[in-house]
Amino acid sequence: MQKGMHMPSWYKTYHPYVSPMDPCPPITTKRYSTPPNLYLGFQPPGLEQFTPSAALKAGTLWKYFYDPYYSTREMKKGVRE
Amino acid sequence: MKQVPPQYYSELEQIQAIDFVIVELALYLHTHPDDLDAIQQYNESVKRSKALKRNFEKKYGALTSFGYSYSRHPWEYKEAPWPWQV
Amino acid sequence: MWFYEKKLQYPVKVSTCNPMLAKFLIEQYGGADGELAAALRYLNQRYSIPDKVVGLLTDIGTEEFAHLEMIATMVYKLTKDATPEQMKAAGLGDHYANHDNALFYHDASGVPWTAAYIQAKGDPIADLYEDIAAEEKARATYQWLIDLSDDPDLNDGLRYLREREVIHSQRFREAVEILKEERDSKKIF
Repeated sequence: MQKGMHMPSWYKTYHPYVSPMDPCPPITTKRYSTPPNLYLGFQPPGLEQFTPSAALKAGTLWKYFYDPYYSTREMKKGVRE
Repeated sequence: MKQVPPQYYSELEQIQAIDFVIVELALYLHTHPDDLDAIQQYNESVKRSKALKRNFEKKYGALTSFGYSYSRHPWEYKEAPWPWQV
Repeated sequence: MWFYEKKLQYPVKVSTCNPMLAKFLIEQYGGADGELAAALRYLNQRYSIPDKVVGLLTDIGTEEFAHLEMIATMVYKLTKDATPEQMKAAGLGDHYANHDNALFYHDASGVPWTAAYIQAKGDPIADLYEDIAAEEKARATYQWLIDLSDDPDLNDGLRYLREREVIHSQRFREAVEILKEERDSKKIF
């Protein structure tokens, strides 16, 4: 990430309508992914990189694009780094 | 049946890491063909990958069979384990 | 031409013998937005697209085959040594009846792969927009697979594959920008 670059959030939420007629217990907050490729435009040169082994783990060479997805179950268990 | 030694995994992972950098830079360079720094990093990574593979193939046999690796006798490439088996 | 390298792109690990997860994962093997569809889509579109983006389609298409091999490895490890009873209990009895524990190009519900999943329109923008959409759909599939899986090692590999979709989408978006450019104009970052 270059200095002065605005870092957006990679996840957004919305709240579906809850009807008293819904049979399942309501999920009041739904999450969706808005990944980094929606924001950067044409990649500028010289973006900050991971080391090779960290890049392999991350699935990308550039820190800006690192956007891991964790299930709610994983987040409750504290798996998220 | 012979299993691979534990260091097989760590040595392979070093190759996987540098080859991943090469793939990332290649995709980037397709849309940024003038980025000299990225091309230099690409060439350095290729050099590092070749060195690591030369060493790995000495220990565990050839990684390829269509001419990017030399072979010893007997032809080891066909021997298990295959990537999905290890 | 292509050549095979005797290694996976990423070190795939699986924690448990769990054929149920294999049943879900096969979606990314032979499903509409899976890795086979992605590889064949890009490698076929490249014959009728401007030279500027042929290299990108070739290399992303090639990387998709490496991802197909990763998914195959996951499925293989999750079902290796699973008994017919375990396959049946995992909802794979119908798969077993036709294939034993062999892999096959079908989706999570057993629908066989078809070329109808992919398109080559001969129109560069139409094709690249399809490719961007395909990457986003594959990204979403990986999210739902991570939601379904309780195998930490498997999820590690699935997160890697999801991240690759993000990067591929970025490159296809840049390819659109390159094709939009007026001839001989300077690129502005």
